[in-house]
Amino acid sequence: MGIDFQPTSNTEISRTHFNRIAREQMRPISRKYDDQEHDVPTEWVDFWWREGRKGAPVDVSQPTDGFVTVCIQAEELCFGDAGLYLRMPTPALGGSAVGAAGTKEQREEFLSSFRGPGQPIWGAMAITEPSAGSDSAAIETTADFDEASGEWVLNGTKIFCTAGQGASQVEGGFVVVWATVDKSAGRGGIKSFVVPALTPGMKLVGVEHKLGIRASDTATLVFEDCRVPETNLLGRRDVKKRDPKKSGDKGFKGAMATFDASRPIVAAMAVGVGRAALDFLKEELERQGVTIRYDAPPREITAIERDVIEMEAELQAARLLTWRAAKMISSGAPNSLEASMAKAKAGLAVTQITQKTVELLGPVGYSNKLLVEKWMRDAKINDIYEGTQQINQLIIARRILDYSSAMLR
Amino acid sequence: MIDFDPTEEQALVRDTVRQFAGNELRPRARPCDEARELDRDLLSAAHELGLVANALPEAYGGGGELSAVTGCLIAEELAWGDLGLALGVLSPSLLALPAALYGSDEQRQLLLPGLLGAEPAAGSLAWVEPRFDFDPVRPRTTARRDGDEYVLDGVKCFVPWQEGLSHLWVIASEDSGLAAFLVATDAAGLRAERESNLGIRALPTAELALSGVRLPTSARLADATDADLRALLARGRVALAACAVGVARAAYEVALAYAKEREAFGAPIATKQAIAFKLADMATEIDGTRLLAWEAAWRIDQGLDATREATLAIDKAQRTALAVADGAVQVFGGHGYIRDYLPEMQLRNARGFASFEALTLI
Repeated sequence: MGIDFQPTSNTEISRTHFNRIAREQMRPISRKYDDQEHDVPTEWVDFWWREGRKGAPVDVSQPTDGFVTVCIQAEELCFGDAGLYLRMPTPALGGSAVGAAGTKEQREEFLSSFRGPGQPIWGAMAITEPSAGSDSAAIETTADFDEASGEWVLNGTKIFCTAGQGASQVEGGFVVVWATVDKSAGRGGIKSFVVPALTPGMKLVGVEHKLGIRASDTATLVFEDCRVPETNLLGRRDVKKRDPKKSGDKGFKGAMATFDASRPIVAAMAVGVGRAALDFLKEELERQGVTIRYDAPPREITAIERDVIEMEAELQAARLLTWRAAKMISSGAPNSLEASMAKAKAGLAVTQITQKTVELLGPVGYSNKLLVEKWMRDAKINDIYEGTQQINQLIIARRILDYSSAMLR
Repeated sequence: MIDFDPTEEQALVRDTVRQFAGNELRPRARPCDEARELDRDLLSAAHELGLVANALPEAYGGGGELSAVTGCLIAEELAWGDLGLALGVLSPSLLALPAALYGSDEQRQLLLPGLLGAEPAAGSLAWVEPRFDFDPVRPRTTARRDGDEYVLDGVKCFVPWQEGLSHLWVIASEDSGLAAFLVATDAAGLRAERESNLGIRALPTAELALSGVRLPTSARLADATDADLRALLARGRVALAACAVGVARAAYEVALAYAKEREAFGAPIATKQAIAFKLADMATEIDGTRLLAWEAAWRIDQGLDATREATLAIDKAQRTALAVADGAVQVFGGHGYIRDYLPEMQLRNARGFASFEALTLI
């Protein structure tokens, strides 16, 4: 094979398909659902359920670029609108968890409706708590097994649950909840549970008002004696006790491994938002008669040209790091390091690119008449969720130094 | 299909060059920088390895494997060993590649057998000029047609100038744009003065004054149009971007090793986030930069225009190399400022990528 930057024809079909959806379905309502923060974007939800979820018209007899193609889909749709992307009726991260850790029966039970003919439904994942964000081993939500009824009983509060409103309130959807079955076991006691929408004891207590991605419902969920069947536990039930000589254990690491797949996706989403801003900036400059000269001497180009060239290099570096991490998923190579690199790089790069775009466009960039200021607000979340910039730096550092989490805190 | 793994053959080349760089370049890095000269044994060993020859046409005894991507892999490893020595080892390609790509049969016959012979031969190319506003696609050095001759006037710098150098290409402006000319080092009107620079001191370079240097029309790099020479410049930028990745990786590696060894407040400084996160950023930026260089190189190999990608690659690479080398000095603290350690040299070398332009070709 060898080093190759040529996407397959199927990836190109996919890119074109989702780019068209981004331009025709998402952009026209981008401002509307940024303004109407908590309204369900009905036309978009319906479109996705009716048409979007069918996917791109690829030629199944031909290869794709595997997970890279998936990343390019995410980039294109977030080039359209990152908030609406997160509002798509899909199993989302909850689906990744069920797909990765669930049995065949669990996958059938919880995921098949997403392919069915019914009404639009959502999946979600609930990890973060009021006092446990990046330190996900410190979560306090508990799951106790009731021997009498054969059910798991969940108690606790989850915040920042993306798509948590739809997933908890629309029948057919579900929330994957991280909880501890044995606090004394530390990370080893943390398990994940599928809580179907409208399960008694799961309460939606609020939806956040945010800087950006306002079309996305970020929910606070409270669990009060919320009972789910024994079979809603994902993965093994037994708890490995904490070994003070070792850091973490396979169970927790297994749960964390879902991030190895989700981080490249988030990085690709980030790149999509960054590209929206950078493409617009270049088009706007072009309209004003400013063309970027890539072959002019560095000490002769204007400050704006220099900024744009730098932004393009940073965005492309982020994109290529993302594709590399994604490619490794397709080839079955361990990619924790590369996934964190992609996420750390992309989150920061697009934060800076979008902020710079607002600056370079002056008062026009600051105005609500354009979407540039919105992209700046949307971009910032990529530097925070799915592991903050700093958490990913920590993961990278431990890997390159060959330090355990106990050695580098 | 998108892929970031070199072919088995490329991986073998990369590993061989990595070993060569570790054994032959790295130990000589400091002594050659201090002595301001290349090492003849090193040049012989590199010539024997055939790094430049491999890319040259088979008709003249080369390997016929011209690939900018492979060139990136080689350049990164060599520069990881030492930048000044890497540029010295690769310098024959400055003379060979333009001839191989765009030269007349006569020019190839004149230059390539000598470069592919039993003994190592020197090569050079003069592109950069000593002006802050130097424009590589509109150099101030001019080539004027006068009857059956060309007349060259101008000043060049960063011209590799090794012992035994007999010819070099000089890039000049014609009315129609860029052109290249083969100039003998003993040509009348040519004056070379040995330079001394901030870094890459192991590589002997000259500032070259051309005053009315008269050349036969056959000295013109035969088929090279303005567009061809811009493409050659892109090749140079990509090669330098790969070298910058090598320099950055070397600086990062010594900083990482030092941070795990050096203790402060009872623990290795690498256990402090201020240091660990700096190293994490270095690793990330180095990998991202390498991919940019590869993408530009891949475009060159596909015959696609790579002007934009080469510019993005070298823009990013010169920033990465500088930031990483500076970071390495910082990780070493006071020791980073001392010439016993590599970071001070790596910092001096890294700063040059903003100015080198076509100091090497792949």
